[in-house]
Formats: sequence, structure tokens, C-alpha cells
Amino acid sequence: MSVPETQIAQAPALQEPELRKALSSSRPKRASALSATLTFGWRGMLKVKHVPEQLIDVTITPVMFTLLFTYLFGGAIAGSTSAYRDFILPGVLVVAVLFTTVYSGIAINTDVTKGVVDRFRSLPIWPSAPLLGALIGDMVRYLVAATVIIVLGLILGFRPDNGVPGVLASVGLVVLFSFGLSWVFTSLGLVMRSPQATMNAGFMSIFPLTFLSNVYVEPYTLPSGLEAFVNANPISHLVSACRGLMDGSADAENLIVVLGTTVLLTAVFLPLTTYLYRRA
Amino acid sequence: MSFDVPYGLIAHTMEGRMSTQSTLAIEATGLQKSFGDTRAVCGVDLAVRRGSVYGILGPNGAGKTTTIRMLATLLRPDGGEARVLGHDVVREADEVRRGVSLTGQLASVDEDLTGRENLILIGRLLGYSRAEAKARADDLLEAFGLADASGRLVKNYSGGMRRRLDIAASLVVTPELMFLDEPTTGLDPRSRNQVWAIIRALAGAGTTVLLCTQYLDEADQLADGIAVIDQGKVIAEGTPAQLKASVGSGTLRIRLLDPEQRPIAEPIVAGAFSCEVHFEADPAALSAPCGSADQAAEVVGELSRHGITVANFSLGQPSLDEVFLALTGHTAEDVATNGEGQMEEEGAAA
Repeated sequence: MSVPETQIAQAPALQEPELRKALSSSRPKRASALSATLTFGWRGMLKVKHVPEQLIDVTITPVMFTLLFTYLFGGAIAGSTSAYRDFILPGVLVVAVLFTTVYSGIAINTDVTKGVVDRFRSLPIWPSAPLLGALIGDMVRYLVAATVIIVLGLILGFRPDNGVPGVLASVGLVVLFSFGLSWVFTSLGLVMRSPQATMNAGFMSIFPLTFLSNVYVEPYTLPSGLEAFVNANPISHLVSACRGLMDGSADAENLIVVLGTTVLLTAVFLPLTTYLYRRA
Repeated sequence: MSFDVPYGLIAHTMEGRMSTQSTLAIEATGLQKSFGDTRAVCGVDLAVRRGSVYGILGPNGAGKTTTIRMLATLLRPDGGEARVLGHDVVREADEVRRGVSLTGQLASVDEDLTGRENLILIGRLLGYSRAEAKARADDLLEAFGLADASGRLVKNYSGGMRRRLDIAASLVVTPELMFLDEPTTGLDPRSRNQVWAIIRALAGAGTTVLLCTQYLDEADQLADGIAVIDQGKVIAEGTPAQLKASVGSGTLRIRLLDPEQRPIAEPIVAGAFSCEVHFEADPAALSAPCGSADQAAEVVGELSRHGITVANFSLGQPSLDEVFLALTGHTAEDVATNGEGQMEEEGAAA
């Protein structure tokens, strides 16, 4: 970039007194682990505020699916669009929130490739604060994605039997499971070379996994091999649990599988993320 | 090649308790780091006095970034030892981090946040209250000429603004020791001057600065001491003056008004310096290695006494290439192109 001669001459010099003042700060007491974590949470929320496009990208697909599937295939699959709407909505809620977990990986990869991680790692803070603080920003994303689908459902006439408590319990369960799943994508984000590559790999895995579940169709309609896979898919259990919580037919088995999977994913991928982050 | 090293006397201070009171901000011995089969740093020794500005000069791939990242506790050395501000960089990494700041080659700021938010974020992480962090952010934005852009997202900043914000982020708490990795690479002249002014002010306020650079000019402008690093080793160390003297000074370049007079001018210049004079590609220009500004002025005066009109003349400092040629027998370019040029990059990514 070339700068015209005159502009160099007129460029305001840095202010000497201000510079001297700015360079004489005293060191505060070290930030507590909680305070550092909450600060990273604040950062996550600022990013949602400044880059809302990310959220629109991932929620537009589930919204489109809901509308397309309900009105195009609903009658054929479930006999009526309203019956299919009630079947598909808890599933779409799950899909919409799970899609946004990929962004945890994209965000961490961006931090590494842009060099921000270097700054955080050279600060005297609790080393896990950036990772755990990011969860707070993630939660905001999950809740926004969930709200979009719930509002869409209400507009389309979705009135679950268990009312508000059932919906809130479902959202809570999906958010909890997403915390576990997000560690898979943060690990992925720490081994991929670019945010774009992380996004591609992330969606390439989450997209088929949500399709090969009971979100859109009843598993008994599937060929036996596929049916077995779909029934084993933890996402199917999550969807069943959400349907159960919303319509009052919840059973313990689905809840146990969902909570167990969440614990397992966290137990494996949280330490892996931490390990990869420290040597990133 | 070696110099009188003024810091050498105190380079081998006692280990342990004593060195916390040491006058050295950095003392490294035999630092080593490899990435796979590539030996990025093979035995670097450094002794940097507290309160000084110390330059590490070298081409791309010489191991500058890897060295600085080990000293800043971002990379674990494979071998050797380093104490920074009296603390071991491996065993006491947290203590080291409390006293140092790093501004790397990549601007380590969050592009999706505003400039002000970036500084408040760092302030909060360092332990300031919300109000103190905001006040610090505003002070720094004001001092670094970023007040008008404080509310804009960093992704819309120019290169120079981003670099200044990056340095400001390193100074939210004034560090005892500041690592600067090629702070002016890729900046326009105005931005470069601003960064230099900041570094001078910082040194004036008592912060020790370790500066990696590819430009001898930059090291000369700012540093009290320089280590020249090549292929992962320190190949020379000393003050800028010593270094330049060892390279054999700069070059006087004279351009005559009349190209016809060049053959007449040659013996006059050659006589004054008792050295070889080069005819440049420009038919009116000639150049000679020159010791000092005084000598240069004398030669120009001598030429005009002989009726030779000088259109312009310049006294240039030796370039990094010339330094390298003198110290190693190969130019900096050779190093960068012989396959090890990617080392710095890999070091940064690892």
C-alpha cells in the first residue's frame, strides 16, 4: 500500500503524553478462573452479536426442511400435514441445534489460524477458561436456533400436549447433548487446516447422521440393516426423548442413552480438545 | 566470526535463586527445537540485559519465530534452557507469562470484535475490573491513534491499524518484557514510523524489548544489541555499530549530472577511500564502500573542486544481504530458498 507524500507529512503523530500515560499501568490481581471463563463467554456472545450471519446460515436449512417436508411429503408420509408436522418438529429442533455445534469447531479453528490463541495462551489465565467460556457463547447460539424452530412450529400450529414445560425440558436436553457433541467438533477444529475445511468435514459428518435417524421417518419403514443403524444412532434416542417430553410419552431408556452418550462424548473429547488446544 | 560481546561477561550467571535478582531479562543456553526432521533452532544462546532493546536479525526460516515462541512459553524447547525474568520457561511458565507480552507475526486480535472490545477482553482476562478495563482500553486507543476506529470491527481495519491494536493488546498491562516478532513487516512507511515510536516509548518507560526483524535498519534504529541468527544458530552478536563495522560499513552511491565525467570521477573516489569503485548500470552512477558520513562529504567536496557536478548522492547502510554475505559467505536469499524457508511458518502453525 503506498501512501502519498503529503499524507505522510500530515499524518497525526502519536500523542507523546498519552503514549507515556498508556505505558505506565500497574498489574492488577490475577483474574480468577471463573472471571476469566465468564469473560470468554462475553466474547462468545459478542461474536453472535457481530456475526449473526453464521446463525442464519445454520437455522435456515432446518426451517426450509420443516416447510418442505411438512407440505410436500407430510400427506404422503403421515397421512396429513398436521400429523407429520407434530412428528417432525421435535426432530427438526434437534437438527437445528446440532448443526450449530459445528460452529464451535469453526470458531476454535479460526482462533488458531488467525493467531488469537497465541495471545490467550501467553496470558496468565486458567488454561481451560477459553474452552469452557466458549460454551456460554455456544449456549446462546443453541437457544437462538431452538427458539427459531419453536416459533416456526407455533406459527404452523404445533401445540404439544405437555405444553411449555415439555418444550423447555426438550430444549434443555438438546442443549445438554450439544455441549457433549461440541467437543467432537472442537477436536476436529484443532486438527483441520482451515475454518472452511472444518466446516466441510463437520457438516459432512453431522448431515448424514441427522438424516440416518428417526427425525423424518419412522424406522420400521426402513430396510432392516438401515433400521438397525437408525435405532442405534444416539440422535434417534435424542429425538425420541424430545418427542416423549413434548407429548407426554417419555421413557427412561431414551433419556439414559442420551445422557450416557453426552457423558461419554465429554469424557473422550473434552480431554482431547484440551490436549490439542495446549499444543496448538 | 565473533565480536567483543559486552553482555558476555554476565552471560553465565549462577543458576537458581541468584538469577531471580539477575540483571538479565533473558538468559538462554543451547536452546533447541525441531519440527519432524527439520531442525529449526539448533543451540541458541542469548543474554539480554533488563531495560535494553535487543534485536534478533535474520532472514525468513532462520529460526527467529521459533526462538521467540520458546522464550514466550508457547513452544516447549527440545533441549537447552531458558530463563526469562528469572523464571524457567518450562517449569515456571506461568510466572514468565505474568511478566511478558508477545506480539507475533499474525496479528493476534479477534477480527469479529471491535478494537475497543478486543482491549477490554484482554484487560478483563488480566484481572482488571470492568471499569478499569474500559479505562485502559480508552487510554490505549487514544495513545495509539485508534480512538476514532474504536467502535469498528477489526476485520475492517487497515494493516497498520491492526498492527497497532495488536501491540496495544500486548500493553494492556505494561509488561516487563515485550516480544515483538517482525512488528513492521508489510507496513507502509507511516505505519512503520508509528510502530517505531511506540517501541521507543515502551523502551523509554523501562520495558525490555526483544525484537525479531529482517531489517538491519530497524534493528539499528531501535536496538542496543543485536544477535544475527542463521539456520538456527547465533552467528554474530554485538552492538549495531560493531555489526556494521564488521560488515565493512555502508555504501556511498554517487550520481553525476554528466555521465561523460564518470571516468574522471572514478580515480578521485577510489583515491579517497583507497578501495575499488563500482560502475553501476546507470551510466552516470558509481558506488564505493564508505566508512563514514564525514568521508562521504569529503569525497563529494573533492569532486566538485575538480569541476564534477554531483546530481545526488546517498550513504546507505549495509542491507541484511550484505551483512549475511559478510558473516556467512552466502546471502539471506540463499537461506530462504534452500528449502528451510518454511520453517518459521511451520513453527508458527505447530
